[in-house]
Amino acid sequence: MPTANGGRTNPLRDPRDKRLPRIAGPCGLVIFGVTGDLSRKKLMPAIYDLANRGLLPPGFALTGFARRDWATEDFGQVVYDAVREHARTPFRQEVWDRLAEGLRFVQGSFDDDAAFDELERTVRELDEVRGTGGNHAFYLSIPPSAFPVVCKQLARSGLSGSYEDTWRRVVIEKPFGHDLESAKELNAIVNEVFPEDSVFRIDHYLGKETVQNVLALRFANQLFEPIWNANYVDHVQITMAEDIGLGGRAGYYDGIGAARDVIQNHLLQLLAFTAMEEPTSFSSDELRAEKTKVLKAVKLAQPLDETTARGQYEGGWQGGEEVPGLKEEEGFNPESTTETFAAITCEVENRRWAGVPFYLRTGKRLGRRVTEIAVIFKRAPHLPFDATMTEELGQNAMVIRVQPDEGATIRFGSKVPGNQMEVRDVTMDFGYGNAFTESSPEAYERLILDVLLGEPSLFPVNEEVERSWEILDPVLEHWASLPQGPDGYPAGSWGPDSSAEMLARTGRQWRRP
Amino acid sequence: MIIDLPSSNTSAVNRKLVELRESGGVFALGRVLTLVVVTDDGPDLERAIDAANAASREHPCRVIVLARGQRRASPRLDAQIRVGGDAGASEVVVLRGYGALAAEDAGAGMVMPLLLPDAPVVAWWPGEAPAKPSEDAVGRLAQRRITDALSSKNPTKAFEQRRRDYAPGDTDLTWTRLTHWRAQLAAALDMPPYEEIGSAVVAGEPVSPSTELVAGWLASALGVKVKRSPSEHANGLSLVRLVRPSGSVELARPDGKTARLTQPGQPERLVALARREVSDCLAEELRRLDPDEVYEEALAGVSQVTRGRTPVKV
Repeated sequence: MPTANGGRTNPLRDPRDKRLPRIAGPCGLVIFGVTGDLSRKKLMPAIYDLANRGLLPPGFALTGFARRDWATEDFGQVVYDAVREHARTPFRQEVWDRLAEGLRFVQGSFDDDAAFDELERTVRELDEVRGTGGNHAFYLSIPPSAFPVVCKQLARSGLSGSYEDTWRRVVIEKPFGHDLESAKELNAIVNEVFPEDSVFRIDHYLGKETVQNVLALRFANQLFEPIWNANYVDHVQITMAEDIGLGGRAGYYDGIGAARDVIQNHLLQLLAFTAMEEPTSFSSDELRAEKTKVLKAVKLAQPLDETTARGQYEGGWQGGEEVPGLKEEEGFNPESTTETFAAITCEVENRRWAGVPFYLRTGKRLGRRVTEIAVIFKRAPHLPFDATMTEELGQNAMVIRVQPDEGATIRFGSKVPGNQMEVRDVTMDFGYGNAFTESSPEAYERLILDVLLGEPSLFPVNEEVERSWEILDPVLEHWASLPQGPDGYPAGSWGPDSSAEMLARTGRQWRRP
Repeated sequence: MIIDLPSSNTSAVNRKLVELRESGGVFALGRVLTLVVVTDDGPDLERAIDAANAASREHPCRVIVLARGQRRASPRLDAQIRVGGDAGASEVVVLRGYGALAAEDAGAGMVMPLLLPDAPVVAWWPGEAPAKPSEDAVGRLAQRRITDALSSKNPTKAFEQRRRDYAPGDTDLTWTRLTHWRAQLAAALDMPPYEEIGSAVVAGEPVSPSTELVAGWLASALGVKVKRSPSEHANGLSLVRLVRPSGSVELARPDGKTARLTQPGQPERLVALARREVSDCLAEELRRLDPDEVYEEALAGVSQVTRGRTPVKV
């Protein structure tokens, strides 16, 4: 890509030169909530991995902000430990030394003016000493309740203001609100300080290779797109299942539930990638335009009583281990009606998808950890075989396995060897899997680099977030209005009976992923 | 798992591969290419296989190693198949040819039946490469031919040969080793002031194909006078200076590990810029299989480079 610097082309960047990676320009990253799990397990290792791959600018600075009474050396030790334990690429002393020079730590709480003034000084000093050039990203790895005060502090201390030729960006993590109204409020708070084009909302699923590969599979091939419509597709199932329970996250989860936690962001984004029309180019504007368009066409199938299901896991034996039910989890409200399993039915109201239901489900303590998109095709209209021959033939399916075991599976009928004509389902596997993933970058690496480069295509915008809430809100309201709580389901199963019934009403069934 | 097939032939090897796939199924992964490694039987062999295995974690492939044994022996083929833990994410077939089977043409004949259907073929000579890789018997089977001038006994001569006999699809690890350098230089020019570069200076060890090539690249990309000078350090490429009216951009690596980036009006910055591992270079090479025009132009640019005698202080 010839980089246009205000109309000037860099003579050393040749569009044919595909080797040359884009390195972020001089900049620094400030992490709030640096003592958290996400920061240690994902962010710090990802930053080291980027440095190791030579993608961070020379003089890159990483500043931690937290209440902990640490000196910069203590912070350095924490980052070092996190890198040694979790980084994907091998440890190299010379890379670490360069990174370590740019580490800073500022101690303080979010309402502490002095601490933010100190942070402002630190950042300014980094510009001089490390040459970060006034370009800084703020990663808010903190609960949304703290956003207003942190945003206010960033504005007050002058940290959020950028001058000509410099940038300030803010990175936020889900949850982006808990309904449409709160999402709008949150967006308003953030947008008051940072313009929308400097806000990067992380949905780490979008950083995954397999999700980006959905677009490649669909639009780079002649094989799939012609049948990717209501003429051939019977329905689509999008599943994100976890085998773990809530454990320590119980406090956070109560009152949120599976639908808000997963469907609103990850699953609706996966739906958008699966159902969207072909963008005219892969520029972020075009991509977002298509995603927004398809999300606008998404409607809930009615009546909600019959097209949605929710559940709560109960204690029992799962995979050789005795596990507690949701209500017995430590510190969890025993009266809670929070769902740990949610399934909804969406319709995409456009010509391509007319009449094709999209079933979305997610849950905790399910059979196994898996995320996949399954496109189930209609049966062949006429079979030159009699019924006994095709008794065991199911529907053709194309399954994109997002995680784990990344790849794609195609399911189709094949003759069972023998002197009788008998057709049974077989699978054809594209094992993009275990081989590639080992060396392919983590989602966070990709996303952090994109933030530093200012490349927004993998980040959902305001509009998408609000539209997703608009889709989901009626379900949440409907569930809240019901006298009975979620249906129980045994740990390690694939959800409550009501979820199976939800599909059975239209003569379909869930795939066992 | 390592399976030895002494005094064998390629159809036996093929049969065994199919049998392994049917019985084990473990390595029925999607293979994206066939990598043919041509080398002499000896201590370098395992190093090359290790590098190929490491690269296979990014590009699952079938690796066929042609290990040329004694030429003055009776013709014999010893084959070995490695799968599973002994082969990274690849399946490795080592073909040790002796006597007539150690010759180039016979080697190509042994490789042919083992190539994966449809998948692209990449040939890699980790040591000495043929004079014209594109006309070599094995090279002709491949879309992409990877050589390494630096690992040749006479790097300067090997590099001269690369320049003279370039054919689309050729590439040399000399070029791959420069990627990080080039990325840093290009990134420096992404930033203001956006001034024209007036000239450039490149310094490195007297014998250093990378230094020649980066000079050639700058000459062709910038179209300005580039001077290549010796440096007092013995770590390959050690300095690139881009001269602009307002001050030079300078990337200097005196110790071969850490580079210093100097730009006017900005603090001096250090960058980790160690020489890359072969496996890392190989993984980059396998990422793209089309002819590399920029490399071709960089090779052509070498002839426009002027030479200095006085060592440059880095």
